[in-house]
Amino acid sequence: MSVFDYADVQGLVRFGYKKMTRASYALLRVKDPAMARAWLSSAPVTTAVEVRPPPATALQVALTAPGLEALGVPVSVLAEFSHEFRAGMAQESRSRQLGDVEANAPEYWLWGGPGRVPHLLVMFFGQPGPFATFVQTSQGPSWTDAFDPLELLETNDFGGVEPFGFTDGISQPEIDWNQSLKVPYTQFDYSNIVALGEFLLGYRNEYGKYTDRPLLDANDSTADLPAAEDIPGEKDLGRNGTYLVLRQLQQDVRLFWQFALQQSDGDPAQAEKLTAAMVGRNRAGDPLEPIQEQPIPGIQAKPGQKEQNRFTFEQDPSGSRCPFGAHIRRANPRNTDFPSRPRDGLAKLITMLGFGPNRFRDDLTSSVRFHRIVRRGREYGTRLTPEQALNPADSSNPECGLHFISLNANISRQFEFLQNAWINSTKFSGLTGESDPLLGNRVATPGCPVTSDFNVQSSARLQQRIAGMPQFIKVRGGAYFFMPGIRALRYLGQTPAAG
Amino acid sequence: MVLAPIVPSREQELRGLLASMNEGPGRVNPDNALIPFAKFENLHFARLLVLDDKTTGDMRVYGLRPKTYPLYLAFLGDIDGDEERFLEDLVKVAASGLRKIFACCEKFEPATEILSWMKERRKPSIANYVNWRGRTVRDVREEAMLQQAVEGYVQANYYLRKMSPREIHAKVRHFVDTEKAAERLRLSAKSPTPLGWWVRNLVHLLGLPLLVLILSPLIIVIAPFYIVRLRMLETTDPEVCPAVDQEYSEELSRAEDHYVTNQFSAMGSLKPGLLRLLTTIGVLSTVNYAARHIVRPGRLGRVRTIHFARWVFLDGTNRMIFCSNYDGSVESYMDDFINKTGFGLNAAFSNGIGYPRTNWLVLDGCADERKYVEYLRRHTLPTQVWYQAYPGLTSVDLERNWRIRKGVEASSLSDQELSEWVALL
Repeated sequence: MSVFDYADVQGLVRFGYKKMTRASYALLRVKDPAMARAWLSSAPVTTAVEVRPPPATALQVALTAPGLEALGVPVSVLAEFSHEFRAGMAQESRSRQLGDVEANAPEYWLWGGPGRVPHLLVMFFGQPGPFATFVQTSQGPSWTDAFDPLELLETNDFGGVEPFGFTDGISQPEIDWNQSLKVPYTQFDYSNIVALGEFLLGYRNEYGKYTDRPLLDANDSTADLPAAEDIPGEKDLGRNGTYLVLRQLQQDVRLFWQFALQQSDGDPAQAEKLTAAMVGRNRAGDPLEPIQEQPIPGIQAKPGQKEQNRFTFEQDPSGSRCPFGAHIRRANPRNTDFPSRPRDGLAKLITMLGFGPNRFRDDLTSSVRFHRIVRRGREYGTRLTPEQALNPADSSNPECGLHFISLNANISRQFEFLQNAWINSTKFSGLTGESDPLLGNRVATPGCPVTSDFNVQSSARLQQRIAGMPQFIKVRGGAYFFMPGIRALRYLGQTPAAG
Repeated sequence: MVLAPIVPSREQELRGLLASMNEGPGRVNPDNALIPFAKFENLHFARLLVLDDKTTGDMRVYGLRPKTYPLYLAFLGDIDGDEERFLEDLVKVAASGLRKIFACCEKFEPATEILSWMKERRKPSIANYVNWRGRTVRDVREEAMLQQAVEGYVQANYYLRKMSPREIHAKVRHFVDTEKAAERLRLSAKSPTPLGWWVRNLVHLLGLPLLVLILSPLIIVIAPFYIVRLRMLETTDPEVCPAVDQEYSEELSRAEDHYVTNQFSAMGSLKPGLLRLLTTIGVLSTVNYAARHIVRPGRLGRVRTIHFARWVFLDGTNRMIFCSNYDGSVESYMDDFINKTGFGLNAAFSNGIGYPRTNWLVLDGCADERKYVEYLRRHTLPTQVWYQAYPGLTSVDLERNWRIRKGVEASSLSDQELSEWVALL
């Protein structure tokens, strides 16, 4: 097997750039297409090649559908991108699916809503020392002539902890860079290794198929583009690129902890327990489920780090250790293609025909391997620790939140499905009356007047209900971007071929 | 399903009438002036739609000239009990509204008698799926009220938290008895199923296996030829799965995801040839048989999100329409289908022109997710009016409520059963 061509992939797909503690994201609109293209064709974009020592700075670029159009990409090429990318995040029916209604609605967004859709996302990362200079030099002299700034999203290093105070980013899929998975296949045991085609366009996905992306005729202008793997003779504008979902999520830290405290009759230890049940992990990142002995493919703690990810929910079918509605159980149910491992072909057939397990909650959740995302979010604003938020003498509530980033090859099957069917659904896993305890918008829908509960199950006892959960997280902006491969980026930087 | 060709010059008027039954796209007014659906106590779901098939031109991939079909209005309902009785009730309650709507259809005059006109235009389905046979709208409503009442009781009485499942069960049973006595709750006994239904059901139960048995010598002889021919067709049948028009897709989306349950209507033409026709009939008869006699209540294979579904032939056997009511968004519906019951999906739909390539009738096909999604979206029809009797309740909710009721009505349960029952509350 040939070595993977990391040099054509933007680095963010492979790395989180954690050591680069400074980052800012420029949301831009194209002012002068020719100059914008010129900037793109020479921008010092960082690739996914691993270098020693690691770089101190990184630059990443992504474009929206209107951005591609503004650069002069022909409509016929645009039409080959996925529907959801073309329609954009703020489309009305999409907002209903994503829960971007009422206070979350695009009309109130700082950016990404009507008339405020960015063309470009330029992401600067760096260690504190070289960061400012790096931003300057990467922008270059033509920057202000090429682009109009729409919004500058600053980030802040919270030290691996998201604003509510929980260790974040523990669970990420392991990308099968070398394509060692023999797709398609049937999965009986949970695995964290996911097909390359789920995160990069132009490769086989978990179905063994290729996701929507534009294929171009081979000619002089497309000569440098990679060839399409499945259709020889065509050039693949998508290959080594991916879709990037960016959402600005404002988190009300004081409200979150004060609510937990109030529900716990003022006992901070109980409030910790309740919030851990909401997340599915404690603040240190330890899951409520026990770490299992048996290895899980693609899960291995880094040397010197504690194992916090080697678990599934299989041994907790009643939700008594980790509630069904806990954030991490919604976001990754860690299940497989079958509700239980069939002993043989006959048992498999019996399950397929619907005569397998027959308990109430059996087999309610889709197989997770089709719905994984790579998360690259960063915190912004001023940190308020849980201790500060719980301190009655302190009444400050500085604005902070997460610039959530999801990388995926199929926005609709990955990010949107996850957000709609799992995070935002009031019917996830046989529940009712509750959505994600952290992200839920608590908005009533016809026939579902209450969506603001949170139930903590326990075995052989009544579940404990937390009612009247306020909305802790508000969506302030968002857009779908295409993060091209390096050669595709250079191609987009060329003058569009006449005709 | 009642099916009638629309008078071309009155299509816009009809569309206007249908739109007037909604509060907005995808949101019906259940008490609308034309057909006040909410008045019918045995109606689960209903829909009215214009069968505007944009894919009739696909015949060209077989070198055949596309047929022109009339533009139909279809009116479908999922009901408890006898269809004829329902139609009578419908006419009693909504005669003037129906008259306005049907006046836009062919052969409907001011003097036309609505009931017989509808009866003449009834289209039987070739396959039908019901999530839970015998569960009436009344059962659904009573069980939902029971669930609400028990939930309220449990939440209001904190001391129950400290009790064992057995004690909780006794308390809840007592509470429900009190509520029933005070006529705040009602759990009606099942109405007796008419004898005629049992007889027909028995005939149906035995009929298909008997038919297969009788034909088995023939089937055995034909099978090898069938398989060879099927494999040949599977390698040559063209796929027609272009990216669906963005505007069309958005039009469909506008009517979706207003509720936790959604409607789905799709239509298309059958592939030409006897083999495909026989396969369709064979597969759908099997689906129908299995749905009626074999599958577990609440499940279609592994799928637990479908309330009702049906397949109906149109224009002889040239075209087919599929209508369903399901929980979740169209994306999760597709996911359920592709990953949980792809084999059935392929067998049932691969006889439609342009379906992604299958192997051995049940393999591949929809697993080519990109093509499949485009294929399906392209064949999806906007549903102009869609009514549901119990919005907000998924089929899994209905099963929970039923399980709660079953527990309440049981005087003795094992410890295991009690634990599972308490977990539902």
